[in-house]
Amino acid sequence: MKKTYINGVGCISAQKTFDTVFLEEAVYNQNETILSVLAPVYKDFITPTAIRRMAKGVKNGIVASALALKDARLENVDAIITGTGLGCIEDSEKFLKNILDNNEEFLTPTSFIQSTHNTVGAQIALSLQCKGYNFTYVNGAVSFESAILDAKMQIEENEANSILVGGIDENGDYTTSLFKLAGRIKQDGEQPYDVLNPTSTGTVFGEGASFFVLENEKKDTTYAQILDVEIKNTLEENEIETEIITFLNANNLQISDVDAVVFGLNGNITFDSYYTSLAENAFAKTPQLYYKHLSGEYDTASAFALWMASKVIRTQEIPEIIKVNSVEKPAYNTILLYNQLNGKNHSFTLLSK
Amino acid sequence: MKGVAITGMGIISSIGNSVEENFISLIENKIGITRIENISTVHADVIKVGEIKKTNAELVNELELPEDNNFSRTAMIGAFAAKQAVKNAGITSINEFRTGLISATSVGGMDMTEKHYYDYFKDPELTKYISCHDGGDVADKIAEELGLKGMVTTISTACSSAANSIMLGARLIKNGKLDRVIVGGTDALAKFTINGFKTLMILSDDYNKPFDNNRKGLNLGEAAAYLVLESDEIVEKQNKKVLARVSGYGNANDAFHQTASSENGDGAYLAMKKAFEVSGLKPNEIDYINVHGTATPNNDLSEGRALLRIYEDLKVPDFSSTKPYTGHTLAAAAAIEAIYSVLAIQNSVVYPNLNFETPMEEFDLKPQTSLKMKNIEHVLSNSFGFGGNCSTLIFSKS
Repeated sequence: MKKTYINGVGCISAQKTFDTVFLEEAVYNQNETILSVLAPVYKDFITPTAIRRMAKGVKNGIVASALALKDARLENVDAIITGTGLGCIEDSEKFLKNILDNNEEFLTPTSFIQSTHNTVGAQIALSLQCKGYNFTYVNGAVSFESAILDAKMQIEENEANSILVGGIDENGDYTTSLFKLAGRIKQDGEQPYDVLNPTSTGTVFGEGASFFVLENEKKDTTYAQILDVEIKNTLEENEIETEIITFLNANNLQISDVDAVVFGLNGNITFDSYYTSLAENAFAKTPQLYYKHLSGEYDTASAFALWMASKVIRTQEIPEIIKVNSVEKPAYNTILLYNQLNGKNHSFTLLSK
Repeated sequence: MKGVAITGMGIISSIGNSVEENFISLIENKIGITRIENISTVHADVIKVGEIKKTNAELVNELELPEDNNFSRTAMIGAFAAKQAVKNAGITSINEFRTGLISATSVGGMDMTEKHYYDYFKDPELTKYISCHDGGDVADKIAEELGLKGMVTTISTACSSAANSIMLGARLIKNGKLDRVIVGGTDALAKFTINGFKTLMILSDDYNKPFDNNRKGLNLGEAAAYLVLESDEIVEKQNKKVLARVSGYGNANDAFHQTASSENGDGAYLAMKKAFEVSGLKPNEIDYINVHGTATPNNDLSEGRALLRIYEDLKVPDFSSTKPYTGHTLAAAAAIEAIYSVLAIQNSVVYPNLNFETPMEEFDLKPQTSLKMKNIEHVLSNSFGFGGNCSTLIFSKS
């Protein structure tokens, strides 16, 4: 069975995650409830007419995928698999508002066309003329992990040698206002929003696009190997540790073999206990990392985490800003990522050098 | 290859609330295309749709959902069909084996979003619906209704979505990642999609007529359908009845245009070619093709050309589109047509391509226009979607 390697990465996020080494200029913003991406120079990657037509999620996806390809020194791939929680929400908002405001009249199709969830995957296929396998997953917090799991299967089954896998989500103004109303996003005026010491429910929201080139061979561009991915819809808080141990055992590993664990802590006082009980017990002696204070919470924020973990394995360094505890290890060869959202859609991803 | 066993099916569409009802409609030419009743739209007198004639209140009642539920219509019909499928497969303990759910949707909870969009800030009672907008909420709700705790995910590749969920499910079983998986898709009618397709000018004001020279576009529909796939180990251990098998699948991208299909149907051709490679079957072993056949000028031309490319100098087998019965049910289309394909195998029948009159001038392809009884070993089913997404499934007699 072929192994799956991360051979190229591209990340557009609320931080400087391109044209930098590794989060050396990262900023922990504790005053905003919604973080926006630091936009790249789109015209370096996309034609001006396309820039005007495309929503930011599509643009960020195209740029992130181009960065990943360049990083992997590849021109094309055999397959494209994306994950997105809310899809092209800006275009969805725009089309829906036009319907409601104009009583279903005087509509133009552009925003409808671009509102479909697979727009990013389709646009990348179009620009690369990639006629291979092209899937898009939309299942909340496991959208991106579904894409990774699928890609890993494709490589193991010998159906593809190289695959672009990405997680993309964009903020839509009206939708974020609804999320605030529903309590999914933290209320204004409750600063500082401290992810490690939360005092309220909801989260600081964000957006981003992270792409990875996965291949079936190790190259000098290789960051890490993806050992395994697991998705579980429903787990009780007291079942997590057993689940992780079983997952590690299936890969001939134990908790003590894990050199760093990446938690999806998002500062929601109601659900962060899923991580903190692990942090205080099973992983007390393991270096613990977090990231949503930098990326914000969004359905595919875990793709930012994979980018981060890949960088840790490549550089063998952990930037201070992502450390939860002060535990250190002589080498960072095996990293476990655990994410969930509101106690549902749990994912476990295992990387090794 | 032997293919992955299908052991259960469940469906709700405009032509019936069960597998049996759908089959009767198919063989008795009972179509589900009518004027729209459940959604108020300015296009009501112009368009015809394949609408499930159950109101949301009726669905809440039948599903025995609590009063304060926040199910979108998409989730309700999805849960309705998925429960049927699980029951049909004789599953009583859903988490007994490694069981997954791979769903598909294009609109998700848009039906609730568009209904309440501007009222959310006025009426606190509506707040509960905000979280049901996204596609994944539908699968989460179905999983909850089934009591399923394992792997749950959703595919959204527009009108080919459910074909891809069946494909992924079959691969997960083949790979040994799951023992059992519920696959399919669900999409409720929404103003959003009605107006979207309307602006693209591909909605017919008449009954859709696939592969007809004078076709004017599609009728939208709503439906949900799920199939249960199980590993051969479980089938043997539990002595399960296998309804048919998923023997081939292929997905490719047309890489031509965000919404239009290429003239030569490159993506469709590649998807069919891959499905034949996976199944080990040859094109001439297919007894019936359930075409995508949306009755848009673009789809039928592109799909027809792809079929002619696959069959080269061979005769294209009996084919028909079942969309004149149900309308185009978007992300659910490939799932309801998967069930129709299995029923074709089980009952040795080719369904008629209703409303067909005049062959297309571009090529010599004529669909089957009347009910035809014959032995069917293998059915090929096509589904194509926006974003150039092309998928083919092959179903075989067990």
